[in-house]
Amino acid sequence: MRLTETQRLVTGKAAPLGDFTRLLRRLHIDGPLLGGLLLICAFGLVVLYSAVGEDMRLWVNQVVRLSVALVAMLVAAQFSPDFLRRWTPWAYLGGLVLLALVLVTGEVGQGARRWLDLGIRFQPSEIMKLAVPMMAAWYLHDRHIPPRLGQIAIIALIIVAPTVLIARQPDLGTALLIAASGVIVIILAGLSIRLMLALALLSVPGAYALWNFMQDYQKQRVLTLLNPDSDPLGAGYNIIQSKIAIGSGGLFGKGWTNGSQAQLEFLPERDTDFIFAVMGEELGLLGVLTLLTLYMFVVARGLFIAIQAHSTYARLLAGSISLTFFVYVFVNTAMVTGLVPVVGIPLPLVSFGGTSMVTLMAGFGILMSIHSHRKLLPQ
Amino acid sequence: MDLLSPIKDHHSERRIFIARVILTSVVGILLLGLVIARLVQLQVFDYEHFAERSLGNRVRIEAVPPIRGLVFDRQGRVLAENLPAYQLELIPEQVPDIDTTLQRLARLELIDASDIPRLRELSASGPRFKPVALNPRLDDEQIARFAIQRPRFPGVDFRPRLVRHYPNGEYIAHAVGYVAALSTADLERLDPSRYAGTTQTGKTGIENSYESRLHGDSGFRHIVTNARGRRVPAESRDLQETLPGDEHPTPGYNLFLSIDLDLQALATEKLAGRRGAVVAMDPWSGEVLALVSAPSFDPNLFAVGMSQSQFSALQQDMDRPLFNRAVRGTYPPGSTIKPMLALAALETGATDLERRTVCYGFFILPNTTHRYRDWKPEGHGEVDIHEAIAQSCDVYFYEISNDIGIDRMHDYLTRFGLGNQTGVDVAGERPGLVPSTEWKRNAFRNPSDQRWFLGETVIASIGQGFMLATPLQLATATAALATRGVRYEPRLVAAWEDPLSGERTLASPVRLDDVELDDDTNWDAVIGAMNSVMQGPRGTARAVGSGAPYRVAGKSGTAQVFSVAQDEEYDEEEIEDRLKDHALFIAFAPVENPQIAVAVIVENGSSGSGVAAPIAKALIDKYLGYDDAAD
Repeated sequence: MRLTETQRLVTGKAAPLGDFTRLLRRLHIDGPLLGGLLLICAFGLVVLYSAVGEDMRLWVNQVVRLSVALVAMLVAAQFSPDFLRRWTPWAYLGGLVLLALVLVTGEVGQGARRWLDLGIRFQPSEIMKLAVPMMAAWYLHDRHIPPRLGQIAIIALIIVAPTVLIARQPDLGTALLIAASGVIVIILAGLSIRLMLALALLSVPGAYALWNFMQDYQKQRVLTLLNPDSDPLGAGYNIIQSKIAIGSGGLFGKGWTNGSQAQLEFLPERDTDFIFAVMGEELGLLGVLTLLTLYMFVVARGLFIAIQAHSTYARLLAGSISLTFFVYVFVNTAMVTGLVPVVGIPLPLVSFGGTSMVTLMAGFGILMSIHSHRKLLPQ
Repeated sequence: MDLLSPIKDHHSERRIFIARVILTSVVGILLLGLVIARLVQLQVFDYEHFAERSLGNRVRIEAVPPIRGLVFDRQGRVLAENLPAYQLELIPEQVPDIDTTLQRLARLELIDASDIPRLRELSASGPRFKPVALNPRLDDEQIARFAIQRPRFPGVDFRPRLVRHYPNGEYIAHAVGYVAALSTADLERLDPSRYAGTTQTGKTGIENSYESRLHGDSGFRHIVTNARGRRVPAESRDLQETLPGDEHPTPGYNLFLSIDLDLQALATEKLAGRRGAVVAMDPWSGEVLALVSAPSFDPNLFAVGMSQSQFSALQQDMDRPLFNRAVRGTYPPGSTIKPMLALAALETGATDLERRTVCYGFFILPNTTHRYRDWKPEGHGEVDIHEAIAQSCDVYFYEISNDIGIDRMHDYLTRFGLGNQTGVDVAGERPGLVPSTEWKRNAFRNPSDQRWFLGETVIASIGQGFMLATPLQLATATAALATRGVRYEPRLVAAWEDPLSGERTLASPVRLDDVELDDDTNWDAVIGAMNSVMQGPRGTARAVGSGAPYRVAGKSGTAQVFSVAQDEEYDEEEIEDRLKDHALFIAFAPVENPQIAVAVIVENGSSGSGVAAPIAKALIDKYLGYDDAAD
């Protein structure tokens, strides 16, 4: 007896390859993107096992979080881009309210006020990681592209409001990433090159203003980047130890779970922000290049989906999600190798930690939704 | 809504979008190239630099202290060894509440309650992971008590370590000495690379003077540490494969002393309750057979570490147990120098064997009135030099004293080693003093004090006045009498052994200048007289020596602690114990073939022949194997 696809799904019987592709399509899953993400997660779990000091409890914890994130991706993929677009302003406004609430009543953790407890504890800034590019794309979806200066000013306002709120928590890393995701939308929408150059010039006094706005520890991080050896036991310690870890890994690494920098705890934050250094030490240049290749595959697939998208909203959102993911990877790896100041940004899908992973996967779910709902969109 | 936007051109929008994706991709690839270039720089070009720094990060060199050499007596019995002791330790970072923990440990009597403030401070000051020693040595009962309670004390445990142990500490305390914790001064003096892992050093006795032989050399090992400096156990990781080689410590040499533990024990017991010293030597080699100072103390207290109150008690004890009387105590030698002065007199012609003197119990220098009294108020009657030694007649020596002269006395006594350090291998030896006219000229600043008086020669002839000698010096001088002038430097260490190769090296006796006489028959006269002291019909110590199955020579001495005024009766009863005369005795045996020479001093013992002589006799009996017969 021949089973229908739904019957196969319910009974759990393995479908042949052709059926499998159809099953994915039915679930609004993009096969290549899912494959790339799963490879990154698997690679990440291997490295994490070593980075948490072979602590099985922590490792299983991470597996559970990854599963939750995959479910979030699956759920996000089911909402059509149209549906998302309609709800975008509400998501954005709700996020703003929650951010304001955090500043008033939020829970303090490690000197910053980031958490909100509404039945479940979460960081409202995570909502904004998706809500800001969505809102920017929403604003542009029925307007002339490329946008005019006045429209750009309004989008800038959309970006700046949550960025400032998050920066005041203070969570500079997340604030910068959220700003980047919004700015990417403007750039993809065709912001004139001349204007971009002008803004780049304006960023010099802007950087000065930012410097005055920064907390002391943030200023210290920038100064440390310029000369890490000036304070080898204090602020420069992280970067020095991280460079030693990566450099001493060489081409092939010291071997999995054999990195002395990581295992003997010379490397701080080895399972979170600095996990890339663990990989560099234990798996060497070949290991990190493998991971970077996987990342680039995922970004490329995301951009391909964006190009294929049929609406302005979907196109801009897909492009922003893909490129923001790249920014995550770049900022973390550049920070760990000592190219940019230490900002608290985890290596996506690999670092230990839950909340940001769920947001990230939900973003990829939106990408899949955009790709799989294409045919249903009016041309 | 889309349909209501007439200016929207989807095709041009898509074109712009694709152009922007290409633009951002180019920027992205450039940024990625930057990261990859950085990785190549770190992992390929600077690989060796960082590999070295990562090795330096985790590898620390730790010193391994050597095992201190053992010390044996002449019969191979252990005098100093290293025993495991269980030390109670606390690791601050593992203890939830240090105050409460310390108080509970004190209630279990595992630590001293008075130590709590000090221990609390120690726990707070050092690195959090470094163990703090709470109690250097738990006894068996304490270990048992703690073992039961152990689960209630997280972060507290006992750990074995090697501690110097002296099995017969009280008997050998002043000969072997002791080790104690290194002081700041020690650290400045000692070679830091040899002592890198050492915590203790020899402070007195053999432990001090043979420190460099006993100690050995520290080794080192490479250990892997984590970022907090804590050691990572070797078996848990294979991170140690690439470590450079370790160097094992070289153990210290084992020492074999000429000291006889039985003689030490006997002398210590005979001196029990008194202050004094006993030194016994083999006259034909200089080997020291016994070196005892009383009262003694337990050297283990220093090796293990003692409380401040225990230390002050030792230091403030009126009997000064830490003071090594055998090599550092200087006493007026009293009549024990008479045999040597007799030789001087015979050799210089100040007297001869025929000369007789009638002793009335006192002596007056010509043209003066001062009476120099004999110890026997009624006098000895007519005596020659033989009887003068045997009966210890002071008047005979008073009479010939100025015929010998103080400088010739000095000359002869110095030949026997008095007035100079003997060169024994125990540190801290005092030289004593043999006065001379030259010495007096240099010793005093006031010209009237620099003059030598005839009366001073008179009292010098019975070993009083300025003259001072250590028990060890008297023993070496006695040995020189026994050998008829052949002298050896006194030594406690007879051999040492390399514990690795088992190779033993014998210490060769150091022969000193002989005491040479023009007329060797003078030896016979003096030694014969010394024999009469113990075994003659009127010898001062005949009560002690008469029953001996061998011939023994000796000489008693009684040294005044204070002088008795003219014509005043000397009443022992009224004199406080500490003002009583010191009792001295020197002896050697057998006379024909001397094997042992002994010097005994009993502070405030009153009578040399009565108190000191029996101790000397007991040692000789024991050494010659006659002790069982005496029982």
